[in-house]
Amino acid sequence: MDCKLAWRNIWRNPRRSILTMAAVAFATTLLVFMLSWQFGSYATMINASVRIRTGHLQVQAAGYHENREIRKVVREPQAVAAILERTPGIRAYTFRAESFSLVSSKNRTYGALVAGIDPQREPAVSTIRELVRDGSFLARGDTAEAVVGHLLAKNFRAGVGDELVVLGQGRDGSIAATTVRIKGIFNSGQDEFDRGVIYLPLAWFQEVYGMQGAVNSVVAVCDSLDVVPAAKSHIQKALAGMSGLTVLDWQELTPGLVQAIKMDLISGMLFYVILIVVVAFSIMNTFLMAIFERTREFGVMMAMGTRPGRLMRILVMESLGMTLIGVLAGIVAGSLVTWYFQVNGLVISGAEEMMRQFGLPERMYPQLSLLSIGVGAGIVLLLTCLTALYSAFRVRRLKPVQALTAV
Amino acid sequence: MILQMGWRNIWRNKRRTAVILVAVIIGVWAMIFMGALMRGIADQMVKNSIATLTGHIQLQDAAFRNDPVIEHFLKAPDKLAPVLGRLPADARWTQRIRVNAVAANARHSDGVVLAGIDPGREAKISFIGDAVYQGRYLGEDDLNGIIVGRALLEKFETRLGHKLVLMSQGADGEIASRAFRIVGVFRAELQSTEKQFVFVTLPAAQQMLKTGDEVSEIAILLGNYRDAAAVANSIRAGITDQTVTVYTWQQLLPLVSSIMKMYDGFILVWFIVVFIAMGFGLVNTILMAVFERVREFGLLRSLGMKPRLVVAEVLAESFFLLAIGTLVGNLLGLASVWLLSGSGIDLSAFAQGMEFAGMSRIIIPVVYVRDVVSADLTVFLLGLLISLYPAVKAARFTPVEAMAHT
Repeated sequence: MDCKLAWRNIWRNPRRSILTMAAVAFATTLLVFMLSWQFGSYATMINASVRIRTGHLQVQAAGYHENREIRKVVREPQAVAAILERTPGIRAYTFRAESFSLVSSKNRTYGALVAGIDPQREPAVSTIRELVRDGSFLARGDTAEAVVGHLLAKNFRAGVGDELVVLGQGRDGSIAATTVRIKGIFNSGQDEFDRGVIYLPLAWFQEVYGMQGAVNSVVAVCDSLDVVPAAKSHIQKALAGMSGLTVLDWQELTPGLVQAIKMDLISGMLFYVILIVVVAFSIMNTFLMAIFERTREFGVMMAMGTRPGRLMRILVMESLGMTLIGVLAGIVAGSLVTWYFQVNGLVISGAEEMMRQFGLPERMYPQLSLLSIGVGAGIVLLLTCLTALYSAFRVRRLKPVQALTAV
Repeated sequence: MILQMGWRNIWRNKRRTAVILVAVIIGVWAMIFMGALMRGIADQMVKNSIATLTGHIQLQDAAFRNDPVIEHFLKAPDKLAPVLGRLPADARWTQRIRVNAVAANARHSDGVVLAGIDPGREAKISFIGDAVYQGRYLGEDDLNGIIVGRALLEKFETRLGHKLVLMSQGADGEIASRAFRIVGVFRAELQSTEKQFVFVTLPAAQQMLKTGDEVSEIAILLGNYRDAAAVANSIRAGITDQTVTVYTWQQLLPLVSSIMKMYDGFILVWFIVVFIAMGFGLVNTILMAVFERVREFGLLRSLGMKPRLVVAEVLAESFFLLAIGTLVGNLLGLASVWLLSGSGIDLSAFAQGMEFAGMSRIIIPVVYVRDVVSADLTVFLLGLLISLYPAVKAARFTPVEAMAHT
């Protein structure tokens, strides 16, 4: 009975109710879309960072992450590999060793990060093989060959087949020197990466830099982001027997990325809350008017014995009804909009250069999820409900006699 | 008369007017304040990048930009002196060498950018002038001193007074190396800057690289960055040497320019979104005001008031609401920007995240007049436009129907 009354009250002034619901729906649509967009871009960013460089988990010597010195090594990579083999959720792993060295072509010299990678294992962990645009990626059994970034190759004025001289410091502090032939040239789109990295086959790197079979990190990718914590704690327990080793997850490996995401989320929330406060005040009038223009009516109802509590309940139902319809409509519209872009992608014109530098594709895809719908709709519902309740509480102050005399 | 009616009408229901005013005020405040915050972030980014050895205008050898090596240094920088002499009075310039190098000590080695600077002139142009916080700045004829960033110092586990070896390719094609003593440590807005640059004097760099008096670039800082394009054009006109190219900061910093354009887009979208949010409330409130006065409009019509004037009267109400709302919103927005203009918003808690995004740790909001104007115009013009809907409704009441309305 109360429900019916509230429902009918909503439709006593359809134009006003529809405008109010439209305001709520607009805010919900926007939030659902924007949150899906944000979550989608975070997933892309994390993926890009994980797939180009860090992997989900890395086993390193303690202190290597803070200070990347070649002498801080994982002495027995095979023992770590055995642990990873036993760890559930690990999809693939590889070994890497790296050192900053001086690299020269015929008439150019630059400093670059020289990294030794396992030609067979690396493609399962990172995207590097697919990034090779010219020549080919390293293969099993390769020795003095290298894959370099395209900007570095351009700076060297060198192409596939040309020779580079590498001069660096080995694990024991001795001089490491070798001549390698460029086998492939990669293009990741990130200038810093394309300008500063050169890959050698791990076995050759270990020989040249006197690694004695050791590596600097064992990099692993998991089946999904969700299983990373479980895999990490499993590895941590297994590593307890081997002193001096530690396992880091992608959040510890790229703290900047995690903070940038948090910051983006917080600043996004700030915008949303301000927006919804504007909406809340916009629709507050509807709720207030719905009460004040019916003072006489309430007076009559109270005079006939309706308790103020019940009257308030009806009013709250009325306001909530409008908000709920608005939120539901917003969820549907927001999901449709998001779904459209999730299928077709969205290009922010003018931002391509920036996206490229952060290793992101030009076309971004929002990711519709229960979380984005829930959070978006939740915030709108919360703030509009507060507005509705505030208005409804004003009814308590009505006195039947005064109300009846009101015009 | 119409205006007076409008003014009086909005105050007939004070609570309703107050509520919608609050919505408009918060909306306008949000447009101005959040807009200023975004501008602040972008401005800070531009300022940092310009102060980080960019300047507003640079003169380089035509090939240096794509292939920044020693062969592409400016061959005879002295010949450019007449052009530099004709710069505006408030412009400053300096010449410097900037090459990629490897820095090494006993335990570490890493890639850096070696900057050979004219200490006196450079101090007035880039951040390094007041960034040294430990030790001292470079002297004019300092051939052995080097200034490094705090982050580099920590990374290399070294300290003031210790040696640092720099290696780079010299003019003869051989690897040139030279040991310097760390005489100063600088701090920068971004850690990447602290790790990237090491500073020596121009003569020291020229000696090490055996380049004679060649430099890699001449950087110019203007009194006002908006003049960059105009000044660059007049410099281009004054240079006969085809191998010298003049760049403005927009050309030197494509990433920053693209980010600034993106912010323009963001701000516009934000304005429109906020406007739509308050637009619903505005239309609804005026609709309510119209529909509860049906009889009154009927009466006015039967007294001979033209429909056009009815529209004008309703628009006048909306006009006053918008005027008060934008006025107060502007004042609040500017006041909150002013409150923060001293200290800014400190985001040190997210230092690494800011670093990742290339932003500085403290955001100081900056008001662009054109943002304020476009915010106000959006609210005002679009506000009046959507108010036409209730206004036309009001004008359509025929006297007979209206008088019969209860």
